[in-house]
Amino acid sequence: MSLELLDIHKHFGPVRANDGITITVETGSLHGLLGENGAGKSTLMKVLSGFHSADSGRIVLDGREIKLASPDDAIEAGIGMLHQDPLVFLPFSVIDNFVLGSPGGWRLDRTQAEDELAELCERYGFNIDPDTPARLLTVGERQQLEILRLLWLGARVLILDEPTTGISADQRAKLFVTLKALAEEGMSVIFVSHKLEEVADLCERVTVMTRGKVVGEAEMPVPPERLVQMMFGQAVEIHGKDPVPLGDSHLRLSDVRMSSGLLSEEPVSLEVAAGEVIGLAGMEGSGQDAFLRICAGMRSPSHGTVHVAGRDLSNKHYREFLASGVKYLPAGRLEEGLIEGLTITEHFVLAGEDRRFFVNWDAARQTAVDQIDHFTIKGTDESTAESLSGGNQQRLLLAMLPPSLKLLLMEHPTRGLDIESADWVWEQLLARREEGTSIVFASADLDELLRYSDRILVFFSGRVFGELDSSQTTVDDIGMLIGGRRIHGAAS
Amino acid sequence: MKSFRLERVFLPTAVVVVSAVGLLLAAGTNGVEPLKLIVEGSIGWPPFESGSSPKVGDTVMVWVPIALASAGLIVTFNAGMWNIGIEGQIIMGAIFAAFVAREVSASRPILILLTIVAGAVGGLLWGLLVGVLRTAGGVNEIFGGLGLDFVAASITTYLIIDPWRRAGVASTSGTDPFPDAALLPSLGGTRFSPLAVAIALLAIVGVWVLFRGTLYGLKLKAVGRNRPSAFLMGIPTNRYLLGAFMICGALAGIAGTSQATGFHYRLIPAISGGYGFLAILVVLLARFRAFWVVPISFFFAMIAVGSSQLQLRLDVNSALGGVLQGVLVLAAMFGLGWSAYRIRQRIAAAGEEPG
Repeated sequence: MSLELLDIHKHFGPVRANDGITITVETGSLHGLLGENGAGKSTLMKVLSGFHSADSGRIVLDGREIKLASPDDAIEAGIGMLHQDPLVFLPFSVIDNFVLGSPGGWRLDRTQAEDELAELCERYGFNIDPDTPARLLTVGERQQLEILRLLWLGARVLILDEPTTGISADQRAKLFVTLKALAEEGMSVIFVSHKLEEVADLCERVTVMTRGKVVGEAEMPVPPERLVQMMFGQAVEIHGKDPVPLGDSHLRLSDVRMSSGLLSEEPVSLEVAAGEVIGLAGMEGSGQDAFLRICAGMRSPSHGTVHVAGRDLSNKHYREFLASGVKYLPAGRLEEGLIEGLTITEHFVLAGEDRRFFVNWDAARQTAVDQIDHFTIKGTDESTAESLSGGNQQRLLLAMLPPSLKLLLMEHPTRGLDIESADWVWEQLLARREEGTSIVFASADLDELLRYSDRILVFFSGRVFGELDSSQTTVDDIGMLIGGRRIHGAAS
Repeated sequence: MKSFRLERVFLPTAVVVVSAVGLLLAAGTNGVEPLKLIVEGSIGWPPFESGSSPKVGDTVMVWVPIALASAGLIVTFNAGMWNIGIEGQIIMGAIFAAFVAREVSASRPILILLTIVAGAVGGLLWGLLVGVLRTAGGVNEIFGGLGLDFVAASITTYLIIDPWRRAGVASTSGTDPFPDAALLPSLGGTRFSPLAVAIALLAIVGVWVLFRGTLYGLKLKAVGRNRPSAFLMGIPTNRYLLGAFMICGALAGIAGTSQATGFHYRLIPAISGGYGFLAILVVLLARFRAFWVVPISFFFAMIAVGSSQLQLRLDVNSALGGVLQGVLVLAAMFGLGWSAYRIRQRIAAAGEEPG
C-alpha cells in the first residue's frame, strides 16, 4: 500500500528533529532511509509507528489520512515497526511472545497460533521452535520472530530501524531475502540505516535525511559516493592504521578454559604484545563476551592462567586487573559504563586520580570542560550521561580512560555510531596503541575487524575456531569461520 | 527550576493535606477543625503561645527521631537500597541504650554519651545485618529488613516481660523508668532536649555534606544508580552498600536512644513509634534532599503529637490515626508519581535529544 508522509514536523523544545519532512513510499517497494545518527530518522519512524505524535503534518495511507495516537493505532492501520532491539520478552517462550500483542480479550488460542507461526516460518524459511525460551534466540532470530509477529498482526507497511546491527552476515543475507520476498508480495518496506552498502544492496529507492530535513532522494542504483555526499556534504575518507612495532607481552592466556553451559572445554592460549590489536569475530554470544570478561578479571577461568604485563593475575580480583592497567568497556554504555543521573563532571571525578575525601568541584568542573572540549563531546559539564547520544557516550567513556593503559578490552566499540564518530573512536584507539596499549575488541562489523586488527580470533559456539592474520585474510574467510566452516590453511 | 521544586515538594504535600481533610470530613468532623486541633495540640494555638512549651517540647522530641531516621534513609536510598529495616534499627538502638541506662553507672555526662554511642552501635549492627544478608546471602533488603524489624520488636517484648520486667508486676507496658542520670538533659518542665536537637541537625548537615562534597558520597550515589557501571569503575560496591547500611543504622540507633532516654524514659514495646516507616515517607516527600527533611518531618511530628487531641476533643475514634497515616502514605505516593509524570512531560516538551 502506498504511504505518504506529508510535511511532518516534530520538535523537542528547540531541537527540530523533523522539520517539514515529505516522503512517499510506493506499494511493494523497498525504501531506504539513510542518514547519520541524530538526522531524525528514528524520530520520523516513531511518528509513523505511533510512538510520538507529530506536531504537524499528515500521514496518508492508500489515499486515506490516518491519525496515530499510539503504537496500537499504527498496528491497526497495518504499520508495523521492528525496533533496533527487538521487543522480545526474554523470559517468555517464543509462542507467548508471538501471541502477546494480539488483539482480543481473554481468550488465548495457543494451538492455533502455533499452527499459524509454523505456517509463516515455513513460508519465509525461518526455523523457530515455538516452545524455546526467547532468551535462547539470537538477536537475528528475535528479529525473525518479531517480523513474523507483525505479519501475523496484519502489517502491510514494515519499518525496520537499523536491523542489521548485532546480527551475523548469514542472518543479514536471510533478512534481505525475506524483505525482498515481502516487497514482492506487496508489502511496503522502510529500511532505516546508516550503512551505505546495505541500502545499496537492498533498496529500490532511497531518501537521505540530514538534521531533520530530507536532503535528497534517488532511485537505486546510485554510486555510493553520491549518497555519502548527500549525507555529509563531502566524501569521508577512511583511515586504516599504520604499523606499530610490537613490544613486550601485555596479556598472556595459557590453557584457559571458560566453564559455562554454553561453552565447550577447549583451552585457549593467546599472547598479546604491547601495541597489538586483536579482533574477536563471531556470531553474537559465541564466547567473545566470556573471553573478554576473563581477560578483564571479571570472571575466573575454570582452568589455566592469565598474566597481565608479566604478572600472574589468575583468580585475582577484578580490581587487581584494574590496578595493573586493564580496562574493559562493554557494549552497553549506559548499562555497564556510565551512570544514569550523574553529570559529566561527576563521571570525571569518579574516574579521576584525585582520591581526596572532599571533592574539589571547581577543579573537577574545569577538568570536565577541558575534556569535553578535547574529546568534542556534545554536552556540558552538567549534562547527565543518559542525555548524551550514543556517540557522545562513547566519547565520554574514552575520555574517562586512565592516561596509561596496558590492555584495553572493548565490545562493539563503534556499534550504533555514525561513520564520523566511528572514525573518531578508532583514531583515539590507534593513538593509544601507538603509546603501547594492547587492544582486544569484539565486533560484528567484519570491515572494522579487518581494518584495525593485527590478528583476528574467530569464535564459534563457545570456542576459538580460528586465528587469522588480518593482512592475509578476506571478509569471506572470516565469514566462513564465523559460520563454523574450516578454511584451508587456518588452524586454531 | 523553582517551579520544579514547587511541584516536587509542595504539590505532594498539598495532596496529602487535602486527602487528610477529606478523610476527616468522611469521619464526620467538619474537616478544618481537626487540623486546627492538631496545630493546637502540637505547638499551641496561636502557635507557640505561652504555656505551649510542654507540647512544643513533645513535638520537637518526636521530630528528632524522625529527622535522624530520615537523614539515615537518604544515605541508603542514594545507595539504591530500600532500608525497610530502619524500624528494627531504631528499636535495637533503643535496646542498647536501655541496657547502658539500666546497667552502667557512671557520671551523668559519660552515661549520656554512652547511651548515645550504644544506640548508634546497636542500630549500626542491625543495619549491617541487613546489608550482609543482602550482599553475602542475596536476601533482598526489603525482606531481610522487614524480618529483622519483627525480630527486634519481639526482643523488646521479651526483655520487657522477662529479664527487665518491673519488680513484682507482670506487665507489657514497659520497664521501670531509667535512672535520672541516664536521661537526655531537657529544658525545665518539658521533654525538649537541646542536645538531641543538635545531634539531629548535625546528622542532616552531615548527610548533606556527604552527598554534596565528598568522594565517598559520590561513589555511594554511583553504586546506587548503576552497580555494574560502578563496579567496572573499580568501586567496591558491596563495601559501599554495607557502609550505607551502617551509617543509616547508626543514625537510626541514635533515634532509638532519643526515644528511650529522651521521650519515654524507659523501654516500651512500641519504642520506635513507627517513626522509621514515617521517615521513609518523609524522605520520599523530600525527594532525598537533606534540608527538606527538617520541615517535612516537623509537619509529621505535629500530626503525631497533635492528633491525640482529636479523640479528646472531637470524639473521633483513635483508630482514625492509623487510617489517617495510611491514607497519607498513599496520597503522598500518588502525588509524587503525578508530579514526576508532569515533570517528565515538561522535560519532554522543553527539549530532549532527538532519536
